[in-house]
Amino acid sequence: MKQNDTKDPNGLDIYNDSSETNKIQVKSKWFNRASKGILTSTSEKKDTPEGFWNKCPKCNLISTSEVLKENLHVCPKCSYHHRIGSLEYYEILFDNGPEYLFDNIKSHDKLNFVDLKPYKTRLDEIHKSKPNIKDSIRIAVGDVSGERLVIGCMDFEFIGGSLGSVMGEKFSKAVDYCIFHKIPFFVICKSGGARMMESAFSLMQLAKTSGKLFQLSEAKLPFITLLTDPTFGGISASFGMLGDLNLAEPEALIGFAGPRVIKETIKKDLPEGFQKSEFLLEHGFIDFIVNRKDLKHKIALLIKIFKN
Amino acid sequence: MIDENQRQFLQFEQPIKDLFEQMSETKKLANKNTKLNLDKTIQEIQDAIVEKRKELTFNITPWQRVQLSRHPDRPYTLKYISLMFENFVELYGDRNFKDDKAMVGGFAQLNGQTVMVIGQQKGINTKTRQFRNFGMPNPEGYRKALRLMKLAEKFNKPIVTLIDTPGAYPGLEAEERGQGEAIARNIYEMTHLKVPIIVVIIGEGASGGALGIGVGDKVLMLENTWYSVISPESCSSILWRSWDKKELAAEQLKLTAQDMKSFRLVDEIVPEPHGGAHWDYNEAANNLKNFITRNLKELKKIQPNELVQKRIEKYCSMGFWEE
Repeated sequence: MKQNDTKDPNGLDIYNDSSETNKIQVKSKWFNRASKGILTSTSEKKDTPEGFWNKCPKCNLISTSEVLKENLHVCPKCSYHHRIGSLEYYEILFDNGPEYLFDNIKSHDKLNFVDLKPYKTRLDEIHKSKPNIKDSIRIAVGDVSGERLVIGCMDFEFIGGSLGSVMGEKFSKAVDYCIFHKIPFFVICKSGGARMMESAFSLMQLAKTSGKLFQLSEAKLPFITLLTDPTFGGISASFGMLGDLNLAEPEALIGFAGPRVIKETIKKDLPEGFQKSEFLLEHGFIDFIVNRKDLKHKIALLIKIFKN
Repeated sequence: MIDENQRQFLQFEQPIKDLFEQMSETKKLANKNTKLNLDKTIQEIQDAIVEKRKELTFNITPWQRVQLSRHPDRPYTLKYISLMFENFVELYGDRNFKDDKAMVGGFAQLNGQTVMVIGQQKGINTKTRQFRNFGMPNPEGYRKALRLMKLAEKFNKPIVTLIDTPGAYPGLEAEERGQGEAIARNIYEMTHLKVPIIVVIIGEGASGGALGIGVGDKVLMLENTWYSVISPESCSSILWRSWDKKELAAEQLKLTAQDMKSFRLVDEIVPEPHGGAHWDYNEAANNLKNFITRNLKELKKIQPNELVQKRIEKYCSMGFWEE
């Protein structure tokens, strides 16, 4: 339609009409159906709950949540490892429901940090919308194929799994717990890095967690990390890379600087597979890659190997 | 020493620049016309310059503080080393891959006592800036630093690190060689080295790139420096999705020496000459030397095991949360 042609066939001046809805109503008269086309009544419709279908980002295979869950959230066709949270990992690893530790430690906004919205509002919103997730890391203790293990697992949904004061403190308390009970420590990493809203306080968590790892090391207790998609920044520059053993899930993106930053810096395209688990394995920074289906078995085996 | 005619000025240093221009005009006039005695005028202008310098650092925004920390005339690590220590023996290489020019270090003597001094190094002109990779170390830089720190520990020499980096280098090869691992390893080892470690932020203290040589018993910050988890520019680009909020990001990040001291994330603030360290290298280095000397004296009284325990406890007390 030409710009000066502001009259529709019904002779209504649609461009002068300020109301958006009116515009649509008036316009739609033009192609109204003569009779109703879809005759199925709403009561006969199949009930499909939210998130029932999942599309694999890699091979586009569509599978039901149920099938995916049975398959440990790994694509049945291409073996793509879907991102999952701490509760899913705990279900995969622990024999029975674990005991959650230090769940009462919560983030708060000491610096009154405001970016697009205040940090406090951000925290309140997440607590409201995801009451199940307490912070970016959860700590639990339980049995993995009969082996006692403390597992820290990050929740990416909580501000990108970012490393802040709470993660540092929970990590620290978890190490104390491990030393007191003589239990190995296993951490599943999934994080964009340090939490900017806590500024230098989050940076200092790198030193805090590393200091605690020295104490764990002095107690001769194993520390194992699993790097999952994605693991960046402060995590890879601290405990993520400090495991006695560093493991990774297949094809996870792992690095210090993010790919976008690197691309901007070197002004070149990045090679295929750059910063993937397989790339890190080739360059000697992880011990081995473990498929989620073998995870429980492998972890239990490693604990046994350290023990006997 | 800096050539007074070659001084560079930041935008907010314009009033000082004007005075400088006024002075050079007056001097020219005095040279031309020897009958005129302009000594008094020149003295007045010089006093005015000092006044302006004082004024500038009094009323300064966090972002301007960041700008001062990056001042092109600012003294860098090797400058401080040459002014504070004697007998500096620079040591090169990480024994694995290569020598990183963005990280310098070696033995030196402070009032006759041997210390290991390590720091990031920036360049002073285009050519040397590239040579020093703008003070952004690669993994081999951190591994070189660690080698030197271990060497110091073996021979029971205290460690002084001088931090001035816009960050660890975010490059392709850096990732291949494990930038994250290199920094993590340094942080880990530094938590329990059995010799005193004094850390000084002399310029920019950007994130992991800084902390990679920044875990210590005493952490000092020069007056016009910043220390944070991310640079204000990158923070702006990530949180505000725009490069224009750097001033606001600098405020929000609470990255100045005063803020860091009030949070007890650093121990002391080292005063700089009025207007910033670039106005008087000797004064800046002397101030710092006094702070290092005093702190070293105190730290040497502490037994190695206690030192390590205290260091770990200190970092464990950092953070805020609700229970």
